[in-house]
Parts: sequence; structure tokens; C-alpha cells
Amino acid sequence: MAPATPKPGATDPAIIRNFCIIAHIDHGKSTLADRMLQITGVVDPRNMRAQYLDRMDIERERGITIKSQAVRLPFKADDNEQYVLNLIDTPGHVDFTYEVSRSLAACEGAILLVDAAQGIEAQTLANLYLAIENNLVIIPVLNKIDLPAAQPEKYAAELAHIIGCSPDDVLKVSAKTGEGVGELLNEVVKLIPAPVGDAQAPARALIFDSVYDTYRGVVTYVRVIDGRIPVRDKIKMMSTAETHETLEVGVISPEPVATEALGVGEVGYLITGVKDVRQSRVGDTVTLAARPAQTSLGGYRDPKPMVFSGLYPLDGSDYPLLRDALDRLKLNDAALVYEPETSVALGFGFRCGFLGLLHLEIVRERLEREFNLELISTAPNVIYEVTMDDGTKHVVTNPSEFPGGKIAEVQEPVVRATILSPSEFVGTVMELCQQRRGTLLGMDYLSEDRVEMRYTLPLAEIVFDFFDQLKSRTRGFASLDYETTGDQVADLVKVDILLHGDPVDAFSAIVHKDKAYAYGVMMASKLKELIPRQQYEVPIQAAIGARVIARETIRAMRKDVLAKCYGGDISRKRKLLEKQKEGKKRMKMVGRVEVPQEAFIAALSTDDSAAKDKSK
Amino acid sequence: MTNRSLGAYVHVPFCSSRCGYCDFNTYTASELQRDGTTVSTDTYAQRVVKEIQVTASKQTDFVQPLETIFFGGGTPTLLPAMDLNLILRDLENTYALADNCEVTTEANPDSVDKEYLETLRSGGFTRISFGHQSSSQKVLQVLDRTHTAGRTWQAVQWAKEAGFAHVSVDLIYGSPTETDDDLRLTLDEVTAAPVDHVSAYSLIVEPGTRLAATIKRGELSAPNDDVAAARYEMIDKALTRMGMTWYEVSNWSLPGGQCRHNIAYWQNQDWLGLGPGAHAHFAGLRQWNVKHPAAWAALVDSGDMPVADSEQLSALDVAHENIMLALRLRSGLALSELSPTAIDQANVALTDGLLDAEQFANGLAVLTFKGRLLADGLVARLWD
Repeated sequence: MAPATPKPGATDPAIIRNFCIIAHIDHGKSTLADRMLQITGVVDPRNMRAQYLDRMDIERERGITIKSQAVRLPFKADDNEQYVLNLIDTPGHVDFTYEVSRSLAACEGAILLVDAAQGIEAQTLANLYLAIENNLVIIPVLNKIDLPAAQPEKYAAELAHIIGCSPDDVLKVSAKTGEGVGELLNEVVKLIPAPVGDAQAPARALIFDSVYDTYRGVVTYVRVIDGRIPVRDKIKMMSTAETHETLEVGVISPEPVATEALGVGEVGYLITGVKDVRQSRVGDTVTLAARPAQTSLGGYRDPKPMVFSGLYPLDGSDYPLLRDALDRLKLNDAALVYEPETSVALGFGFRCGFLGLLHLEIVRERLEREFNLELISTAPNVIYEVTMDDGTKHVVTNPSEFPGGKIAEVQEPVVRATILSPSEFVGTVMELCQQRRGTLLGMDYLSEDRVEMRYTLPLAEIVFDFFDQLKSRTRGFASLDYETTGDQVADLVKVDILLHGDPVDAFSAIVHKDKAYAYGVMMASKLKELIPRQQYEVPIQAAIGARVIARETIRAMRKDVLAKCYGGDISRKRKLLEKQKEGKKRMKMVGRVEVPQEAFIAALSTDDSAAKDKSK
Repeated sequence: MTNRSLGAYVHVPFCSSRCGYCDFNTYTASELQRDGTTVSTDTYAQRVVKEIQVTASKQTDFVQPLETIFFGGGTPTLLPAMDLNLILRDLENTYALADNCEVTTEANPDSVDKEYLETLRSGGFTRISFGHQSSSQKVLQVLDRTHTAGRTWQAVQWAKEAGFAHVSVDLIYGSPTETDDDLRLTLDEVTAAPVDHVSAYSLIVEPGTRLAATIKRGELSAPNDDVAAARYEMIDKALTRMGMTWYEVSNWSLPGGQCRHNIAYWQNQDWLGLGPGAHAHFAGLRQWNVKHPAAWAALVDSGDMPVADSEQLSALDVAHENIMLALRLRSGLALSELSPTAIDQANVALTDGLLDAEQFANGLAVLTFKGRLLADGLVARLWD
């Protein structure tokens, strides 16, 4: 007779194993999770669907996980004992490093999942280091061993080299066929330690995810460290001291199951009826109001936007819709910040702050898809701190706020970037990083033909089509990860673009002094191609302050008239002109210059595809 | 009777060969044969006469003396001269001709001889318009024109001898391979000829034509608007020197040489449209015939008007067309017909040098030289 499934809230921590899967996008994490759901029997084969745990459409379509989840899997191991495995899904992208770190903090071990045909990628490596820093037990696994292109021996050696184990310790599975997944679960039971906590101590639970649900409000995912979180009790968020009542407590298996409580080492969710994820922040510690813990679990950070971009509705009358849509998205996205902004060229919109480029891309895509909005986004930029000669400081999140006058210094954020590349591209990658004002910190050969390079780079350079360039120069083989490490003083200037003497705020950029000329020439020649000829000559100038550094001219249109207009032509010609006039309504006026929307989109889209590609 | 004048347009949908740039409703004999129709140049006049009878009997409100008649095509002069006269006679008998009725036919220089022109003149034709296009043999070849350049001037001479007071030539400029020298040669010949009217059209590459395909394949370069603008200036200067003035953006004449039929189009007068695909206009109703000669002939034979469809213009359409057409004319557009926002736009156009300042002060929007080339954009801006 099989032992009874352990009851949530009354489970001996000794039989609990909390783990996550660290993997690059497309390396098969979701498929492996699907297989685990099937093997442990929590999903009926009839109800199985691919990427079961990925809830958002965008996640399923793009094959990436944005929000994590935790699923409780009862598992009878080879030792014939009943265990409870909590698989904590981690977001798989560079922009969400902090969320990843909180998910890792909720675990005792991690499966390092690597595609046997591709080897480890930079982001995986970065998350692996994060896991090692968190003292997680690492189980190295090669996936997709069924693929003809798989090179399990080669990549086992690579993984062994990176984590310092024997190649024989690397498990080989096929999440697709299920081969080796049962053994993997047994290894999880064997190798990953059970959680340890004090059941009698004041309750402390770590929030590792917080999701807004239209019907239930915010669903908060927690890992209990000490004590117990019961239902219908007053809990307290330690960062804000706000208290809420737990209306529901439960576990996901893989559908929500309400329980009486969550005990030491357990992973589950709680619902308090709050409507905004900001009231239940990732990284915060939950305790009980009646008997609060004295110290939080530590490691809490406010999400800090690093990349800013102006979002404008293509149709100005959609502005209220955009505002409502952002208000809605904010409920589920603690990192999204925005404030109204007016652009001379683009009208009313919002300056939005994001964790990074992918975050920007995801928000934009959700706005367009879920709220049916057509948007223009301005070129992304970072935060600058400008100190004037008189000591006053300005924080600049929009090039148009860049102060004129005597500037003492400008600080810009820098990142520590890790780039993994086949060794044949080392020179190419170094050249790119140098062009982007990078400083080499060090490099290591992971194997004979794979190199890890570490650079300090200005974030602004990464934000400006760095990833596209890296991919195209390495035929798609290099991968990138970065984390912000601080600020540096840099010789930065604002370049304005003027059309017919009028500055176009949407095209202003803050760039390094050495690159101002190149930026000016690039924008001016691009706009010359994109803006149709007008009835008069239109100069396009790039300027730093009053100094023009580049100039192009759109020559005046001399002729637009259709020569012939006989009797049978009149209606046709009228309709043609009416159609042209309709088309002109979609033009934005900059001073007297008619600029098609497409010109703005094309001119601003230098790195439009970067974030998209990054997820591939 | 209406208080508007009535004209007649007679379409003759035949050509001996199709020019590469042409997208007009016209057919070669072999095309018609391939389509299996009995329509031919031999029987065409009889059918037009039938159409005149049907139309006059059904649209009795619009029977009044004709001020102008225009035979266009196609190549009207592919019909025997007597047949053109026959149609004209029938129009006269059915509608009557006003005093000084202007009767024009288009003609290909190589489809007429002296006798032909004399026959037309004695039949009552008063005006002839030759499709000269260019004096450069190279350009004529690019356009697939069959005549030689010199033939036009011979035909013009015969027309004068036959007693035509009004002789016009059509020019096409800005064709691929055309150079300034080619146009200069054309203009030298035109200004030396006894013509009182010139229409000059910049070549428009219409989708679906052989020329469009040739350009798409890269065998010829597409016409360039800057070049066309410069050529327009050459034409305007040369014609002005010979005493002509522009009266519409693409039309110039000596005093008294204006084409009254075209002016009637541009003033939104009424006109009959006879023949396949011909358009008619009756007090805000635009009406057009079925396009293919065979379909047209079948309807005419069965005693029906061969109308394909019609469109009743709204007040806004009429206002738009009025602005569009009046602005193209030297007589101009009365500022009093414009809305306050359109007046603002007109003032901007005045500042930009598109409208004549003196005329503006007199309450008229009249295009300057610069404005003539940029009329379409201005029209759209003056619309509400």
C-alpha cells in the first residue's frame, strides 16, 4: 500500500525537497517540468498540455518564463519512501536577475539543465553562480540527448569543468521522451538537503513571487522558513509593516489546493485580497502580526528601473486607454514605473522605467496585444546623474531633461557583463566591447573552444543594440548576461536632432562625446531617407547645444501635380487626392514638417529587435 | 433645359497598335478579333448613332444644343472621315449644335491625309488635336509611337490648308531616355508650327502597362519628378515666348485658342459620354458606360443605354471637385468659396509663393509658376 500523500501544513520537513531548474531559454526547462508533472502523477494525462506551468500567452509563444510558479509534487522515491518535491520555476532572463535570486533563496538545490547540443549559455552561467553563492546543491543535467546533434560527452566535460565535479556526475536526460527523468527525481531526493527551520519560532516566509489575478487579487508565493502561516490570520509584511488577513493559503499541485496552513520548509501561496503586487513584494518577509519575527530574512531590494523609454499611442486619442492599460499592468508588475510625458513630436505619452530591454519589450507587447494599442516607443536610455558646476544635481531619465549650462560631471550606470562565445570569435567580441567603451575584467576557457569573457560596460551601450551586434558578429553563437554594478563618470553629451530648425525631442540622445558625431550623421542620414520631400527644403541638423555637428538636406519637392485631368478622370483624381489627404492625417507635424509615423518608428527602432532576439 | 451647358464626348476605342504607356480603354483590331466581337471600325459609327438615339430618348431632360463636341480615343481618325461626320450629323439632328459649336477630334499624325482632313472640315469639325508627343525619334520609340516626328508638321500644314482655325498638339515630357536637348528640339518645332494650342503632359507610368513592366525590369528608368519640373519650366518658357499663355496647368494657347470642351469639364458643366467606357456628367451625377466594346455593342443593339454604373456626388464631393478643378485653371478659385480654415491654408500658400499675390488681393486663388507644379498638395490642404 502506498503511503498517504503528506498533507500541506503538516508535512515533516525531512521529506521536503525544494529545488529549481536553472536553464537557458529553449534548453527544455518547461518540457522537463511537464515530464515531472506526469511522472509524479499530479497531472492527468488527459489534461496535459505543453508548457503547463507557463501561464501567459507571451510566455508560451515565445517559450520564455516571465513569472515563476511553484508546484508541489508528491513523489515516491526508489527507497520506497514518500517525499514532497517543490519545483520552484525561475524566470529565465537577464532583466529578472533579482527575481531569480529570490527564487533561488527559496530552494536548497538546483538542477542545472543544459542543452546537450549547445552547451551552457551566459545567462545560465550567471544564474549558476548565483545559485552557488546561495549555497545551493547543484545537479548538472544534459537535456536533449535524443537529438542527433547532441554531444553529451563534450558538454559533460564542460559542465564538470565549470562546477568542479566529474563528468560522470552529469546526468543525461531527454525531457521530450522522458528518458532519465525518473532517475533525476531520485537524485533530487538523494542529493538535495531537506529544509531546516524552527517550527516554534515566530513565522518567517520569503516572498519569491507575487502575481495579480483578476478574480482573486494578488496571489503571493512564499517559502516558509520558520514557524507556520495559517489561513484566516493576520500577517505582516516586514518591509512596509502593512498587515493583511490570509483569506486563503494553499499549494499548487499543479492547480491551487487550499490548505489550513503552510509549515516549515513548505512552499505555497497566500491570498489576502490586496489588489496591487506592490503590497506584496518579491523578496519581502511575511510574518504574523500577533507574534512578529524580529529580523527579516534579508536580501530585500526595491525593484529599480534601469532602462527608460517613452511610450506614445500612435493615435493620440488612445492616450486614456494607454493610461488605463499601464494602470492594469502595474498591478502585476512591481518593477514597472511610469509618469505622463509630453513630446513635441509624439504628443502625450508616458515615460516608463523598466528592469531592462526584455522587460520593456514584454510590457510593450502586452500593451499592444492585450489592450489593442498601437505604440511608438522612443529609443531606450538609462538614468544619468548630472552635476552642475554650482553643485546642483539632476537625475535624467529622458534626454530632453538633460540640462544646458555648465556641467561638472555626468554619471552613468555600468554593468558587469559575461559573454560566452566560441573561441574563434574572441577577437570580434573584444573589438565590439572596446567600441562600446568596455573594460576587460578577465577571460576563461570553459573548454577548448568556448570562452567566458567578463567586461565592465556602460549600460547605455548595452541598451543600444549591443545584443544584436553581438549575435550578428558571432553568427548567433555568443550569449550575454549582465548585472548592474554601479556608476561611473563619463564624457557624455546630448545630441539634438533638428528638423527645419525645430528640435525633435523624440530623437535627442545622450551619447559619449566620441560618438556624438557618428550618432548625428547616422540619424540625419536615416531621417533624410525616411522623411518625404516637402514643398520647401528641409535641413536636418544634429547639434550639441548650439553647435551643429552634422547636416543633411531634404531637397524641396518641385512637383506633385498629376498632369492630366480629363472628364472621365475627375472623380478618380478626387478620390486619389482624398486618399492621400487621409494618409497625411497620420503624419506628425514637427514645426511645419510633415513626418510620417513610419519615419519615427523606423528611426527609433535601431534596436527594436534586440530584446526579441535576446529571448531566443 | 438646364442652366448648364451641354457637351458631348465620343469615345473611339480603336488603335492600330497599343502604345506602351497607355492605359486608356482602347483596342487593336487583333485584340478585338481575339475577343470574338463583331465590333469593328466599319460598324462603329452606326452603333454610336444608335446610342445617341437611345440616350436622347431616355434622358430627355438633357437634350439641348451642344456647345462642344470632342472625339477622343483611342484613335478617332481610324474611322473613315465620313463616319465621324455621320456621328456629328446625328448629334446635330438630335441635340442641335449651338452657334460656334466647337467640334474637336484627336488624331494620330500618321492616320490622316489632306483629303481626310478636308472631309472633316467640310463636315463641320472646327478643331483638331494631334498626338505629337515628341520630336525625338528615340523618345517616340520608347513611347511606341508609330509616326515619324516630321509627319506631325505635314499633318498640321494640311489641317491649316483644309481650313481648321484651331490646331493643337499634345506633348509628353519626362519620358525615359528623354534629354533636355530632345525636348528643346520638340519645342523648337512646336513653336515654329501654325498651332494655337498645346497640351503637355508629364509621362505617368500607369500600373499594368507595358512601360511599367519595362521599368520594373530595370530596362528603362522611371520618370523623375525633379526632371519633369525642369522640363515643365522649359515648356512654359518656350510657349510663353511664342505668345501662348497657360490656362490650365497642362494646357497653353494663343488668345482664343483654348479648348472650350476641356474648360467645360473643369467647370463641371454637363456632358454626354458616348462609346465604350465613356463618362458622362449630368448635374452632379457621374455616369459611365460599360468598358468593353462587345458589352457596349450588345446593350446598344438591344436598345438599352450601355451604362455600367453611376455615382451621385455629395455636396462635399462637389465642393472638393470644384476646388480641385478651379485651382488648376488660370481663371482661378474664388476665395469666397473657401472655409475659414482653408483661407488660413491659402494664406500659407501665398506666403510660400504658390499663389499669385495680386490675384489674391482681388479675391482669387491663382497658382504661380511654382504653385502649378505643386497644385495637388495645395488642393488637398484647401479641402475641409
